[in-house]
Amino acid sequence: MSNHEQVPGKLIAVEGLDGSGKSTQIYLLHQWLQGLGCKVFFTEWNSSELVREATRKGKKRQLLSPATFSLIHATDFADRYDRQILPMLKGGYLVLCDRYTFTSFARDSVRGNDPEWVRANYGFARRPDIVFYFKLPLEIALSRILEGRPKLKYFEAGMDLGLSPDIYDSFRIFQSRVMAQYDLMADEFGFTVVDATRPIHNQQKIVRGIVADRIDLARFRGKV
Amino acid sequence: MPQKKCYVAPPPGVEPSKLGGLLVVVEGPDSSGRSTHTRLLSEWLEQKGFAVSQVGLKRSALVSAELENAMMGNVLSPRTMSLFYATDFYDQLENSIVPALRAGSIVLADRYIFTLIARDVVRGANPDWTEMLYSRALVPDAVYYLAVSPRNLVERTLRSHGCLDYWESGMDIGHSRDWFESFVWYQRRIREEFRRLEQRFRFETINANRSVRTTQNDLRKRIDAVLQQALAKL
Repeated sequence: MSNHEQVPGKLIAVEGLDGSGKSTQIYLLHQWLQGLGCKVFFTEWNSSELVREATRKGKKRQLLSPATFSLIHATDFADRYDRQILPMLKGGYLVLCDRYTFTSFARDSVRGNDPEWVRANYGFARRPDIVFYFKLPLEIALSRILEGRPKLKYFEAGMDLGLSPDIYDSFRIFQSRVMAQYDLMADEFGFTVVDATRPIHNQQKIVRGIVADRIDLARFRGKV
Repeated sequence: MPQKKCYVAPPPGVEPSKLGGLLVVVEGPDSSGRSTHTRLLSEWLEQKGFAVSQVGLKRSALVSAELENAMMGNVLSPRTMSLFYATDFYDQLENSIVPALRAGSIVLADRYIFTLIARDVVRGANPDWTEMLYSRALVPDAVYYLAVSPRNLVERTLRSHGCLDYWESGMDIGHSRDWFESFVWYQRRIREEFRRLEQRFRFETINANRSVRTTQNDLRKRIDAVLQQALAKL
């Protein structure tokens, strides 16, 4: 990842398993920063207008292989990166990302892609100033998602890997492997680990404290 | 048949050692006669009794329509285009090229990763990044680059289409407001990039300024040699 170029903005990303509560946390962080009058921009994984239709079709019709699954998400990311994330950073914004390249690093490696290849393909992306990793025991994450026996999606459950014919079993195995990847990356990329078993407002207090501590928020206030 | 391999490593699920057939690539700019030559080669090979499968760029079931749409608009960044094309490429590699080779067919590729790399690099991509992106591609058994002088190219393009194509003129790069000037400049840059790739990936340049028949005969002679060599190893 490259941070050769100095930018006035700051980049904050949240990562974690499905069910870790990361989206709630970044939503609350966003609300707080807006309330403070900060210039802030929020973007989420897999949301590029240009690419989303292709990804949706690929998933629905199960057309994706490990390699094309990785590349189509990289395409989506590149579109948002070039047209939103980087310009916002250059324009002096706080940019909040619900999932960043690490989501691909984790999932695509589990799918059997060479981690070096996946990282190189995302080599253009800046390293975030803070990555919050919402960590919780696998069983808790699983029970949060599986409690109501929801309808799981094919790729979400890692069914393409042939781990188990049962979609719930497959989801469990897939999530455990993704978690192992996150744990490895926590050191490699210096994630800020948040205990996601704690009450939501406690976690948020910690998150806000860290943001206020590491980023001079006064610089982002006023003049929007 | 020669042992297949990928440049660095195969994509997950692809086993090059289980592939037969031949992968023959014809590269060259639009209006170089590429499509005509691949069609003629396909007919010729079928006459000789070989099963032929034709592939190209932007033909994947996965993203070809979406990529086409994106190129009609004005929001596609060069990097997004690179990755979109890479997605299209690997989808075809895995779903068209690999199955055809597994069945022992001759795959004729109307352009391959080299056009994609050249285009990206001319648009400012880091060559290492782009080559890494395609490092999971199969190494072709033969690559022929149809070289046409920019002057001939512009004449052929105008004659057959009556206008210049936006992307093939590199208008997105903004080198010149003049389409003609931009076309000639862009095609020169692509040609330079192919010269660099020619060394790195060792492919054969064919003088396609000559008539279709002469050029086609030249191609057939070269492909025949590759075929004889491959058959001798059987």
